[in-house]
Amino acid sequence: MTLHFIREIEKIKTRILSLSAYVEESVVMAVKSLTNRDGDMAREVIHRDRKIDEAEVELEEECLKLLALYQPVAQDLRFLIAILKINNDLERIGDQAVNIAYRADTFAQYQGIEIPETVQIMADNAENMLSDGLDALINLDVKKAQKVCLSDDVVDNMHHEIYSMVSTEVVKHPDQFGILFKFTEISHQLERIADLATNIAEEVIYMVEGRITRHQGKKSNGDAAGM
Amino acid sequence: MQDPQRTVKISVKNLDFFYGRQQALYNITIDFMANEVTALIGPSGCGKSTLLRTLNRMNDIIPGTQVRGEILFEKENIYNPTVDVVRVRRRIGMVFQRPNPFPKSIFNDVAYGLKINGLRDRKEIRDRVEMSLKAAAVWDEVKDRLNQSALGLSGGQQQRVCIARALAIEPDVLLMDEPASALDPIATQKIEELIVELKKKYTIIIVTHNMQQAARVSDITAFFYIGKLIEIGKTDVLFTRPQLKQTEDYITGRFG
Repeated sequence: MTLHFIREIEKIKTRILSLSAYVEESVVMAVKSLTNRDGDMAREVIHRDRKIDEAEVELEEECLKLLALYQPVAQDLRFLIAILKINNDLERIGDQAVNIAYRADTFAQYQGIEIPETVQIMADNAENMLSDGLDALINLDVKKAQKVCLSDDVVDNMHHEIYSMVSTEVVKHPDQFGILFKFTEISHQLERIADLATNIAEEVIYMVEGRITRHQGKKSNGDAAGM
Repeated sequence: MQDPQRTVKISVKNLDFFYGRQQALYNITIDFMANEVTALIGPSGCGKSTLLRTLNRMNDIIPGTQVRGEILFEKENIYNPTVDVVRVRRRIGMVFQRPNPFPKSIFNDVAYGLKINGLRDRKEIRDRVEMSLKAAAVWDEVKDRLNQSALGLSGGQQQRVCIARALAIEPDVLLMDEPASALDPIATQKIEELIVELKKKYTIIIVTHNMQQAARVSDITAFFYIGKLIEIGKTDVLFTRPQLKQTEDYITGRFG
């Protein structure tokens, strides 16, 4: 491939890394705005989303341009396909950060109820998965990516735990149904962030090894060529 | 290659090839499967065209060449001294890089092989010419000018007439040496569509420098480098996740 193509690939790497950092920061801020009941920070997260959306579209256009102009194959093709998907995952993580921020803004105005510790622990777990997934992307680290995939179950279990806890609390305090229900929403959003971090990790594995590891519990990948 | 649906058409075993003292192919072992398109790729001088030409003994016409090993076509070694070379070339036809129409009418060009093979029945010759031109997807464009020279056709049409000429003598295998490299994108597309169509009836082995073309038309791709077969695999796998770094570097244009 030409030097020009390699330069274009480097530009895409820089863009995806900068978008990753920006999205990760939004998630951290969203969780912080919730736990610190900081309405200003929550609104800033909401405001940041437009920049994420714009960056996503620009990056997608760049990838499509390279696919059309250079018709890459093998590692170059896997790289661009993985970046297209990761780009989309990052944008959706940004949307989840916004969803959390909306709930955080509500809690900032409603002091009457404590944020359960499990939500905080779950948020830490989801943040760590995202951070590890992005580290795996930066360093093309398959081991780290696999670790992220394995962590997903932990977050899923916490989501079920929060759901049960809210169900119990609603019976005891039916008047607080609306506000308690927001915890299940936040939990669902954190669970989605963990899922999307897992997607990113799976894309890193695909990028490096050319193996599709999604749905492995359900169906084997049927690897390559009966040559 | 364990698929019971696939049968071997040509089997190359431990093939070494020399131009004088210069060795061009090293211990090549490869099976070409019936009704599949196999693309041979690799940088210039890697031996892919040499291998192609050994498959119908086209290299015999170059003085000082030497072959070791075996090429089995329907279980018979085509280099066996008792083998009739003309018969081999009739069964294993060839299409070249540049269209090479004969200085004859389109009809006589396509009929040439039939006539020198002793066919005299005019109706049969006419039928076979028509069938071949149809199979080569050029009939509609030339049917009203069969008595004119093929040299008046476009490059893409000329190449399809040459393919028709190769098909007229009803070969089993078609060897194609960069058949579209001298053609524009539209003519190239027609040749590529034709290749995919022809594999239903023939076994096709194609040498190409155009990686996208190999990816588009072939079922199996074999990568050669300095006279050695480096990697062979299903084309879709080889172009998405090649096993060897050398293949990866070549197909992504990082060397060669």
